[in-house]
Formats: sequence, C-alpha cells, structure tokens
Amino acid sequence: MLLAPIQELGRKGLDFFQRLGRGHLLFGHILAGLPALLPRFGLVIQQVFSVGVLSLVIIVVSGLFVGMVLGLQGYNTLVDFGAEESLGVVVALSLVRELGPVVTALLFAGRAGSALTAEIGLMKATEQLSAMEMMAVDPIRRVLAPRFLAGFISMPLLAAIFSAVGVLGGYFVGVGLLGVDQGAYWSQMQAKVDVYNDILNGVTKSFVFGVVVTWIALFEGYDAIPTAEGVSRATTRTVVHSSLAVLGLDFILTALMFGA
Amino acid sequence: MSPPPTPLVEVRQLLFTRGSRKIFDGIDIDIQRGKITAIMGPSGTGKTTLLRLIGGQLRPDCGAVSVEGQRVDSLGRAPLYALRKRMGMLFQNGALLTGMNVFDNVAFPLREHTQLSEPLIRDLVLMKLHAVGLRGAWQLQPSELSGGMARRVALARAIALDPMIMMYDEPFTGQDPISMGVLVRLIRQLNDALGLTSIIVSHDIAETSSIADYIYLLSNGKVVAHGTAQELGHSGSAWAQQFLKGLPDGPVPFHYPAEEYRRDLLTSVVDR
Repeated sequence: MLLAPIQELGRKGLDFFQRLGRGHLLFGHILAGLPALLPRFGLVIQQVFSVGVLSLVIIVVSGLFVGMVLGLQGYNTLVDFGAEESLGVVVALSLVRELGPVVTALLFAGRAGSALTAEIGLMKATEQLSAMEMMAVDPIRRVLAPRFLAGFISMPLLAAIFSAVGVLGGYFVGVGLLGVDQGAYWSQMQAKVDVYNDILNGVTKSFVFGVVVTWIALFEGYDAIPTAEGVSRATTRTVVHSSLAVLGLDFILTALMFGA
Repeated sequence: MSPPPTPLVEVRQLLFTRGSRKIFDGIDIDIQRGKITAIMGPSGTGKTTLLRLIGGQLRPDCGAVSVEGQRVDSLGRAPLYALRKRMGMLFQNGALLTGMNVFDNVAFPLREHTQLSEPLIRDLVLMKLHAVGLRGAWQLQPSELSGGMARRVALARAIALDPMIMMYDEPFTGQDPISMGVLVRLIRQLNDALGLTSIIVSHDIAETSSIADYIYLLSNGKVVAHGTAQELGHSGSAWAQQFLKGLPDGPVPFHYPAEEYRRDLLTSVVDR
C-alpha cells in the first residue's frame, strides 16, 4: 500500500527518461539524414510551404496587433517622461529581442507544430510509415528530416516578418494616431537597435526555438500511440511541451545574451 | 532426381513475446518458391506480426527467419533495406501515402530507388496500374478510392520494383464480393505471371483456400496444422475443424471463462 506511490513515481520516472532517450535518438537520426536532402531540396521547399508559408497569415495578423499594443502602451508610459519620441526604440527592441522570437515560436507551435504531429501520427496510425519501411525507404529521412529542416528555416523568417509587421503596427498607432514624430520614430530606432546585440541575438533565439518546436512536434507524432486518441494526446502534448520549452529556453538564452 | 528446391522463406523455432504474452512459441514455417502460402488463424494470433518478422520490421526473441538464405533477424540496416527492395507488402488498408495521388503513389518506390527518366517511370506506372485494372484512375487521390481500389493501387505499388516475394496482410477483410473476387484473381494471376512467391495472412477461409497452394493454421503461438486445403479438410485436429468450419463452440469455447452460471446468478452484489 505504502509502496504504490513510490512504484508509480518510479514507473513515471522510467517512462520519462525512456521518452527522453527515444527523443534524442530520433534527433540524431534526423540530423544524420540532413546531408541526403541537399540533392533533393525540393522536398524541403514543399515543407517550407506547408510549415512556413501557411503560417504567414496568423504571424502577420498577430505581429500587427502586438506592434499596435506596444505602440499604445509604450506611448502611455513614455509620454509621462516626455520621451515619446523614443517609441520606435521601445517597439523595435521589444519585438526584435523578445516578442518576435517568442510569440512567433508559440504561434508556430500551435499552428505548424500541432499540424506536424497530427500528420506524422496519422501516417503512423494508417501504416504509411510502415509501408515506407517495407519499400526500403527510411521514413525518418524521407518524411521527418525535410520537415525538420523546413521548421529550422521557417522560424527565423517568420520571426523576422512578425517583428517587421509589429514595427509597422507600432508606427501606425504611435505616429499615425497618437502624433509621435515620424522622423524621431525611425531615426531613434536606427540609432539604438544594434545589429549584433539585438537583431542577431533575436535571430539566434528563433533558430533555437525552430529546432526545439519542430523536434518536439516530430517526435510526438512519431512516438504517438497509433490510435485516434493517441494522436490527439500527442498533438496536445506538442503544444504544451513546446510552449513550455520555448518560454524556459527564452529565459536561459536571455540570461546568456543580455544577463551580464 | 534433383533435390527439392530450398524454401524461399524459412522460419525456425521462432519465439516472439510481447510483454508477458507469447505470440509465437517455437514455430517452424517454410514458404516454397513460386507458391502461394497462406497463414491462417483467428484474430490476435500474430499473423501480421509474422509478416513483420519476415520483413525485418520486428526482431524475434529467439529463433531464425531467413529469406533467400539471408538471416533477416540479424541483418544490418543496409542489407536489410537492399533485401526489402525485393519484397512487396500489401497492408490491410492499403497504406497509400495520403499526400500523393494514385500515380505518384505507384511511382514512389521507382523514384526513390531508381534513376529512371520520368517518361519511363510514367510508362512503368501505367503498366502496373493496368495490371490491377486501374490505369484510368491514375489522377485520383487516395481519399477518392473505395477500399478495394485502394488495395489494388497498393498492390500496383508493391509490385513496382518487381519483387521476388509478395506478402498480403488480410487482403480480403471488409471487401464486397466483387472486390474480393478481383483481389483473389489478381493475387493468383500476379503470382503466376510474375513468378512471385506469395504469403497471404488471412482468416477468410473460402477465398484463401481457393488460391493457396499450402496453408498453415496458427493458434496460441503454435502451428496447429499445415498442408494443402484438401489435406486440412481431413485434419484430425478438433481445433482445425472448428476453425475451418466456423463452428461456434469447440476447443475454442463460446463462453469466456466465468464462474458457475447458477452460483453467479444467485450471488447478490453485496456478497461479491
């Protein structure tokens, strides 16, 4: 009776580490399959379309609204100090350093990550992956690796688009509606946003998030129990785990990049 | 007199467990070249598992599985994939790739494994589709196909690389009589015309018996009986007779094991 909770804890611990091990083996297997994609880059381009291009609408709309909210909130705070002309810097730095990579990664996990998990999980449930294996085609190299590379390529591009549209949203509210000086908005942004410290660090973050979210999504699909319920659970896990991973990693990366 | 040809597939003392359940408990099976061999048995006896063991997708706990003299159970990845290029498998639901139309599905193994030009691939695909009677359906998506058509497309895909062996996983399940008749005829014709060796896993007795040259009956991890359809009809095994005649009661009881009926009814819920 007393042992039951301890046994349960032990079982869950073993399950967790087994999954972690399987996840890393899959990651290694995917990485090993990447060089073979170079002569068949068309496979990756197809996936960039379904993973990246089809996520554009949600990214652009969200970027616009986030930028507009930043413009409004930033103005209300800055105007108290008579510093509303720095609005461009506030909007741009918030987006490029943090909100661009993080919110894009969260939206990407919800839009593209869940779709990847469901697709791979259903391919497993309908024996498409087994059929490939029996046709002497490695499904990890043929199906998972192109999707992984597509996620890795798409995420920084989507984050860049998110930030660019956000800056325009901030401009629309700050300059267009609240009367901030147009020249100050752009010139201060140009002067204060550093290519290496700000933009490159933001891009690095989105590369890392791209790897992590796509990896989690592919692993959850590939490891899903091949039933309707199993795939639905895996899809939920993808969104939850990748969102938590993005937020946790963001803190670590921010501390490493800007902490000292 | 020349010695009899060696079997294409040899299964020896195969032991395979899943959790604590023994799926196969030391079975021996020979699949003769050029013949259609059926593996039959009730649901859950591991018939599909046997195909996966022959295809090297699963590894046995003990025993040997050889295909054309190569030990599948201990082959490395590269030779296993090379062997699989010469094996075709028809999955129960066809397992067509849903992101591609019929043509691209059949062309898939050709594009993956050969350097043939697109015009040649086109001709080959149309020939394979013609063999299964679906040349006119090349533009359709898998979602537009009936179950029987999907299996025929999958069959065309499985023979695209001209395999030496074809494995059919429950090919007749859930088919209407016409589709069933088409599949039965196709399996026999393809086997004889292409010089294949075929393994059919099924529990559809009439259809399978009509085309199988040799039949193995599996139950509880053992080979219960084997022989031609005629020989099995005269088998002394009570289990084989129950299975082949579809009798509701016999060695496999109608009732799931339970307490004595009268006592069960007279015991109140509180006493349980």
